[in-house]
Amino acid sequence: MSNLFIPMTVLLCASMIVAGLMSIWSKRSLPIVMLSSGLVSLLASVQYLLLAAPDVAMTEAAIGSGLTTFLFFFVLSRVRGGANG
Amino acid sequence: MVKSFSVLVLLLGIGAMFAALLLGYVPDSELNQTARYYADKTASETGAANIVAAIVVTYRGLDTLGEVTVLFLSAAIVGLVLASGHQQGKMRHAQPPSGELLVIGVRLLVPLILLLGVYVFINGHLTPGGGFQGGAILASAMLLLLLGDPLRTFSHKLIAIVESISGLVFVGMGILGIFYAGGFLDNRVLPLGTLGEVFSAGAIPIIYSFVGLKVGAEFSSMLANLSGTEEL
Amino acid sequence: MAYIAMATGFILILIGLFGALTNRNILRMIVAFTVADTGVNMVIVAIGYMHGRTAPILDVAVSAAEAAARIIDPVPQALVLTAIVIGVGVTALMLAYTYKLYEKKRTLDIAQFTELKW
Repeated sequence: MSNLFIPMTVLLCASMIVAGLMSIWSKRSLPIVMLSSGLVSLLASVQYLLLAAPDVAMTEAAIGSGLTTFLFFFVLSRVRGGANG
Repeated sequence: MVKSFSVLVLLLGIGAMFAALLLGYVPDSELNQTARYYADKTASETGAANIVAAIVVTYRGLDTLGEVTVLFLSAAIVGLVLASGHQQGKMRHAQPPSGELLVIGVRLLVPLILLLGVYVFINGHLTPGGGFQGGAILASAMLLLLLGDPLRTFSHKLIAIVESISGLVFVGMGILGIFYAGGFLDNRVLPLGTLGEVFSAGAIPIIYSFVGLKVGAEFSSMLANLSGTEEL
Repeated sequence: MAYIAMATGFILILIGLFGALTNRNILRMIVAFTVADTGVNMVIVAIGYMHGRTAPILDVAVSAAEAAARIIDPVPQALVLTAIVIGVGVTALMLAYTYKLYEKKRTLDIAQFTELKW
């Protein structure tokens, strides 16, 4: 079990960096940008679990990737006209 | 051009600092003094199995009180910023009804999600989880209700009552600690019980449950305020 | 493993700062801020990790007597727990102000907000 941790960590961290780069890429549309920042949080919560922090993993999954992404989409739906400005 | 160049220089500087930090990092092989104290004394002093919960609620309980206050302030400011000016509900035109799948799913899932949230914060002192996670799960049930019916309005009064009562109980339990135990937010006002049972760890389950209700009410009020805005 | 996670955290902070400094749309800046936020939390959790130890929860596997030799540092986890919750509060605040700014100017381009510029 323990020797699987290192490859999993490398994989998770690589996908987190890719998702992070995508979330600041100004040519992508805003929904994709928001979804990738939510993806960064979701992968981070799995990484917290590997780092033996289940409390933090639960908080990040419920709050960081759930509520924050929803708040973004809520505001995006309200200011739709400014999304491309 | 100058701007992007200065941004690049700034990031290179910060990156160099981070690299120095990373290269100079030596992981501890032993727990440091504070962590060792928490590891040794948590079970006997607070009776909680989850050491993180014991730190959050009891040892560093004052920080949690401050955190809940900051969260309350930000929820209040969101309400203040968004509520000014408009006649709410005047401009909101009827939207097409939500799909049947969503409506039935909301009816089925909301009680289950609420139950999960309550489970998470009642067992916060035994298993991973606690007030903040449980509160967020409660708020996500509100979110599902909003998705099922975007025009639904929540009772701000009910949210305010739940939030005030939870805050009062939190501070009240803390003050009881001054009189009946070692100090403010000491959890030994109630018997510690046996390690690993639901009714143990003194006041931790009660305080954490009310923290959960308070956090859930605060997130719900943020969501309700945001949903009360109109499309621009 | 802690090294990899810590390096990723630092890289995420840099990515988030870069995005917040170069994007001109306010919503994109806020998204970049949340990415940097996640990076900071990841660095703090990685500092608390110790190789070969388990989560700070006492149960059948980890008794109270041997806890000091078996668990990782619980203090950074408690700190990050606080930081995540405050982070979403701050994000909600920023989004509320974004809505207000859009209501005023009908644009989200940061270059259009010149009232306090000198």
